[in-house]
Amino acid sequence: MTAIDERTAAQPSGRGEPVLSVRNLVKHFPVRGSGLLRRQIGVVHAVCDVSFDLFPGETLGLVGESGCGKTTTSRVVLNLQPATSGQVFFEGREISGLKQRDMRRLRREMQLVFQDPYASLDPRMPVNEIVAEPLKIHGRFERNGGRKVAELLRTVGLHPEHGNRYPHEFSGGQRQRIGIARALALEPKVLILDEPVSALDVSIQAGVLNLLEELQNRLRLSFLFVAHDLSVVKHISDRIAVMYLGRIVEIATKDDLFRAPAHPYTQALISAIPIPDPVKERARQRIVVTGDVPSPVDPPSGCRFRTRCPKFANQLSAAEQQRCIEEIPALVDRGQGHPSACHYAEVVDVL
Amino acid sequence: MTIEYTESPSSTPGASGEALLVVDNLHVDFPTDDGVVRAVRGVSYRLRPGEVLGIVGESGSGKSVTSLAVMGLLPRSAMVEGSVKFRGQEMLGLSESGLSRFRGNHVSMIFQDPMSSLNPVYTIGWQIAEALRAHQEMSKEAAHARAIELLEIVGIPNARKRAENFPHEFSGGMRQRAVIAIGMANDPDVIIADEPTTALDVTVQAQVLESLAIARNETGAAMVLITHDLGVVAGQADRVLVMYAGKPVEIGTVSDIYYEPRMPYTLGLLGSLPRLDADQQERLTPIAGAPPSLINLPPGCPFAPRCPLAQAICDEVEPELLPTTSPDHVAACHFSDRLEGIKPSDLFQVTSVDDVALADQSSATATRSDSQPEGGLR
Repeated sequence: MTAIDERTAAQPSGRGEPVLSVRNLVKHFPVRGSGLLRRQIGVVHAVCDVSFDLFPGETLGLVGESGCGKTTTSRVVLNLQPATSGQVFFEGREISGLKQRDMRRLRREMQLVFQDPYASLDPRMPVNEIVAEPLKIHGRFERNGGRKVAELLRTVGLHPEHGNRYPHEFSGGQRQRIGIARALALEPKVLILDEPVSALDVSIQAGVLNLLEELQNRLRLSFLFVAHDLSVVKHISDRIAVMYLGRIVEIATKDDLFRAPAHPYTQALISAIPIPDPVKERARQRIVVTGDVPSPVDPPSGCRFRTRCPKFANQLSAAEQQRCIEEIPALVDRGQGHPSACHYAEVVDVL
Repeated sequence: MTIEYTESPSSTPGASGEALLVVDNLHVDFPTDDGVVRAVRGVSYRLRPGEVLGIVGESGSGKSVTSLAVMGLLPRSAMVEGSVKFRGQEMLGLSESGLSRFRGNHVSMIFQDPMSSLNPVYTIGWQIAEALRAHQEMSKEAAHARAIELLEIVGIPNARKRAENFPHEFSGGMRQRAVIAIGMANDPDVIIADEPTTALDVTVQAQVLESLAIARNETGAAMVLITHDLGVVAGQADRVLVMYAGKPVEIGTVSDIYYEPRMPYTLGLLGSLPRLDADQQERLTPIAGAPPSLINLPPGCPFAPRCPLAQAICDEVEPELLPTTSPDHVAACHFSDRLEGIKPSDLFQVTSVDDVALADQSSATATRSDSQPEGGLR
């Protein structure tokens, strides 16, 4: 596949070597029967042939609806779950299939921030301990560990004096900051953020988003930002990959994606998001997608979006539809300046 | 500034004096081991025929508890005071059988989680028919036929066959549409929708909002739409009520609230939203701190600790809802006149730090997370 060339073509130039590269990543989960032998009766196609690059200092947004495989992608990239096939490179080194011990060394460079700040912090540990834990595990705590922890808390906008309190004494936004401090403790190069603000109220969420932006500028971090909320992803990302049922259907810089969305799913997704402005919101034309996401156990042949695609249903002739049914559309540039996976890609203005 | 937008078809807002639903000075307290949680502290609103009233607020602001109190669905431990009148008849304090005459027939409710509002052991069609037969003299056959019709109206394809399905065979969006079908079954005058699309994906949310609009058109019902999504309210509501710490802090038409907010909290909410329609990289202006604990709320304006406009008076006197420039637009702020023509970024700072309220905050949040009434009731 020529996926790599096309994808680099979509890069803004002058970003250097990618810090994280994912190539043709596939993750299947077995579905087992309920009988005595628990024979495998099917496969969940969670992630299919996903490739992307993450460059130093940039934010790549991975956006899609529930069940599209965005979280699984982030887990497989971190090797928390083994990939079925495909490769993940960190600074040019392949990490898929590495042993536990080798992986642990790499974990310093890649850290994860979880969605739920209530579940991801140990309620029995004071905050200082939580933030110090990665330092201790990796043997970096030593003499001035305490000062380092205080510094980390200050970095994420909390009072270091509150470090001896327990997680339940903090609000949701503050807990998420503690999670970020813990992730930053080992000075990683890449942060994988899995829905980091979706559990927070908007007035709190804005502060955490600002913090992430500031940290990125200061520490030159790379973010893989996984979320379902396109408004949030648009705000924080440099580039955005849109996923649908395990595949990336379109990847572009933020401006390109919103100015010239080429894939019908991207268009539907953008047009479905309400804008908090009564005049604009009521003047908009919705592209309404019918039905629900099909089961990933038995995804549609050819283009996976065709069962819900308004273009497939309303605009294409039977002969044209045949192509959507038989041929999987590759993620390539089809004349819109960025790759999209639709045989009949066409820019529509949806904002 | 006058703003024109395409009016939703069934809305007849404005001067029509007679209100369908009048909520007056509603209070809800929950006694807990830590003290009394004052979840709702004086909510008043009038719902006019055919209009959509959006109630917005963050989690814990009391918006769900308010509507549960209106429907008489709170647990017995809740202490409810005030008045809820439907067409002049008092609903608070009615017996269960008295309430049943209102529920469904006149006021119906759609909940956030469709899986828990449907019974898993009955078919969808049976459940809609049950709602019909509970309130109307109807044969089983007629009720079943009407159930299929209702499913068609809310946009369930192949409704005849789908009526035989159980809830687990429906997807989330379809379940919510089935719940909407039940909600509109008895032609209610008021539909209260509590976060009807929060559990759904955006493309499905668009479908469900469409079904809700159809339900309103079919029944001509007025709607109370409770949500934390300011985008949904912008598209659906005629008037908006903003809640904070158990009290309305601003009420106005949708354009009043979005274009000329007169309460710093509303302004702050608008400024902290990342927007799809922003051209360039806008910076967000978060509201520092967190909402107060509703146990032992100190005197004064509950928003004062987070408010950049706060003066000494704000810590002493809690402001009333007072008219601003237009009579229908009320705001609870001592300094609402200072917000004229102000943008969120003029008032709130682009900050990434969260330490303002932390010092006195942390002990309060501790108790709140244990005993927050709204979380427990959902």
